[in-house]
Amino acid sequence: MFRMMVVVAGLGLALAGSAEAQSPRKGGTIRMTAPYGSSFTSLDIHTTQRAQDEIYAKALHRSLYIWNSAEGKPVLELAKEDVVSGGGLVHTFKLRDDAYFHNGRKMTADDVIWSYTRIMDGTKAYPGARFVRVIEGAAAVEKGQAKEISGLKKIDDFTVEMKLTEKVEPGFYFFTALTSIYPADEGAKESFIQKPIGLGPFKFVEHVPGSRIVLERWDRFYKPGKPYADKVTVSIMAEAAARDVAFRNKEIDTSVLGPAQYVAYQSDAGLKGTIVEVAEVFTRYMGMNPSFKPFADKRVRQAINYAIDTDLIINKLVKGKAYRATSWLPLTSPAYDKAMKPYAYDPAKAKQLLTEAGYPNGFEFEWTTSQNESWGLPIVSAVIPMLDKVGIKVKVKQVETAVLAEVVRSGEYQAFIYSQASGPDPLAALKCFHSSTPQPACNYMTYKNAEFDKIIDEAGKADDAAKRTELLQKANALLYEEAPVWFFNYNKAVMAVQPWLHGVQLNATELTHQNVEDIWVDETSPAK
Amino acid sequence: MLSFLFRRLLQTIPTVLAVVALVFVLFSVAPGSIVSSMSDDSDPQVELRMKQQLGLDQPVYARFGAYIAKLATGDFGTSFRTREPVTTMIAKRIWPTLQLVFAAMALAVVIGVPLGFVAALKPGGIVDTLAMVVAVSGLSIAKFWLGLVLMYFFALKLGWLPSFGYGDGGLKYLILPAVTLGVSPMALFARTTRAAVLEIMTADFVRTARSKGMSETRVVKWHVMRNALVIILTTVGLQFGALMGQAVVVEKLFSWPGIGSLLVDSVLQRDIPAVQGSILVVVLAFLAINLLIDLLYGVIDPRIRYA
Repeated sequence: MFRMMVVVAGLGLALAGSAEAQSPRKGGTIRMTAPYGSSFTSLDIHTTQRAQDEIYAKALHRSLYIWNSAEGKPVLELAKEDVVSGGGLVHTFKLRDDAYFHNGRKMTADDVIWSYTRIMDGTKAYPGARFVRVIEGAAAVEKGQAKEISGLKKIDDFTVEMKLTEKVEPGFYFFTALTSIYPADEGAKESFIQKPIGLGPFKFVEHVPGSRIVLERWDRFYKPGKPYADKVTVSIMAEAAARDVAFRNKEIDTSVLGPAQYVAYQSDAGLKGTIVEVAEVFTRYMGMNPSFKPFADKRVRQAINYAIDTDLIINKLVKGKAYRATSWLPLTSPAYDKAMKPYAYDPAKAKQLLTEAGYPNGFEFEWTTSQNESWGLPIVSAVIPMLDKVGIKVKVKQVETAVLAEVVRSGEYQAFIYSQASGPDPLAALKCFHSSTPQPACNYMTYKNAEFDKIIDEAGKADDAAKRTELLQKANALLYEEAPVWFFNYNKAVMAVQPWLHGVQLNATELTHQNVEDIWVDETSPAK
Repeated sequence: MLSFLFRRLLQTIPTVLAVVALVFVLFSVAPGSIVSSMSDDSDPQVELRMKQQLGLDQPVYARFGAYIAKLATGDFGTSFRTREPVTTMIAKRIWPTLQLVFAAMALAVVIGVPLGFVAALKPGGIVDTLAMVVAVSGLSIAKFWLGLVLMYFFALKLGWLPSFGYGDGGLKYLILPAVTLGVSPMALFARTTRAAVLEIMTADFVRTARSKGMSETRVVKWHVMRNALVIILTTVGLQFGALMGQAVVVEKLFSWPGIGSLLVDSVLQRDIPAVQGSILVVVLAFLAINLLIDLLYGVIDPRIRYA
């Protein structure tokens, strides 16, 4: 079902198909790019939540779970078995006994417990804490009230018992590199951030800050025959135009495409076939503050959804590099409801709703935005005349992306435009609208609706997966009706992949995050 | 000469302090903080603990005092983000930036100064016209665009050079970024040299030298060149500082691992110690070069040495 929902460009499918048809070749170099900044933040992946850093971390580190793009869900990675008991709250993980760190030491339960305890050090505010917090007693460690996580128990060297605070699928919490397992002895050393040691298929060779990371095959990786490649280089290339030249010059194997390049590559016969695309689990939207009087009225929020010609913006401004949002959950969410239709562009209806709400002449609001080309100032600028048509005036407040994140969390706005993770776990994504979720956590609009809370609570308790999905779809439909946001789009991640690179996965959580052990390069690659 | 050097060194202290204070205050009042950028959902208690750990719960003046005290011992602090000493982070980046800036500067001086000189010797001639067209173009072209054009021709079309990266730090990786960075100062040096030489050529002491029967070659070599050098050196010194700043664009475009990209990312992530350290290093480099140039003035023109 997930595969059905993943949208793939023509040759993207052909690429995958040809990869399956040929047998993987051993050796060669995979030359990936990191497009989201001028540096990697840190070689200590626990400290950074930037997508940029996870690109290399997927090769270097491993977590308890891993994202399986084909199945569209997290699957066990460092454990072979998960036995659930205690009403769904206790998970007993039988760990792999063949996973070796890059220093040659075998991973044990102590490493898992040490890593999660480290992440809960509240004085460091490790971003992975938001995941580990689901383990009972983890929050107490974070607040300095305990030294050990009470919900984590070592049964033996290769068995860990984990007691959760709520009945959730732990895979969604422990698959990102933020919860990577470190070697307990080495991870505490100062030298670790200079030469990190992980459990991944490639070991660290070199980091040239601001330029590249080089990794080489770890021969004791636990998956037989993998990784295929000898070496992985991840080059930092923040400039799209520079990536474009390097890709055309065959100096790199992957390149994330922006809207302008997406159009250019589609119209170039030689490059069209290199495009791979997927609906990522990010929803772009305009959040409306209910404490600002007009936005407290559902009819006003709906009117805004009707007043904006969203399709026009997606087609002309975003160059088709996005999917129209029909509510909160994105296309690749297991709870996405294909039957849902987006708000139609209907200024007359918008005007009518505004009149009914007591704003026949409209009103004025302040819209806080960053400069982001896909969900920032250019979009706001395009929307302004559309809202003006129905009498709504907009005052733009432009801030840096880092500041916008703070504004959003603090609630100091009338409206903002943002891109927020809306998956992969649909329950966690929708919980952001639960009244018990604090605003800084992710309930940025301080949304409060008793009916919605009830449905989400029921979904959380549901044992039957189909029932849970049905409830989540109902909650998602209610959000659509309530319109706490202007539902703009779901990100369409687009990457160009050289024809000699095979096994690239359509990862809906972030396309650049690849399980590199599954990727191989054929003999036509110009890289040594 | 030593007392001159000592005096100039003393003069740099207030400059450094002013820069340090300015950067510190700016980042203390700017919106956004490392604590909120680290994690999406830290609760207030955790944020407070982290602030205490980083010393951000202290008043600005106390933090500034502590920073200055550390700085006096050569300690630039620890990066909020990477937990590495800032000096280590800078040490990894300073050489590529210096490589780039010196290569760009060398290119600019070697081409720009002779070009301006030749242009000034026959003002209005074809060489002068061409040199000035090149100079004006060089000053007008945006570095980002020029870099892309160079990449396109020399990497993609001709295949002579790599389009990006640091590689092994070798020359073939340096050429395109250095040319991109060096074209603008080259143009400036050409114009400055031309203007300086033209002005000196009409000076009284040049007329006197000629009237004494000195050959034109000797006039140019002994009187014009030496006097023009003072002006050229001043421009070189100022441009060095400018290049350190402009390198940010070039480093980002070519994935060159310098201070510039460290500075940009540190600003965006509110990593104040890394920002302060990076800016301080750029300022110190600028001051050091200008100090060197001040000393060279003394060599070129003894009157300055004893002034």
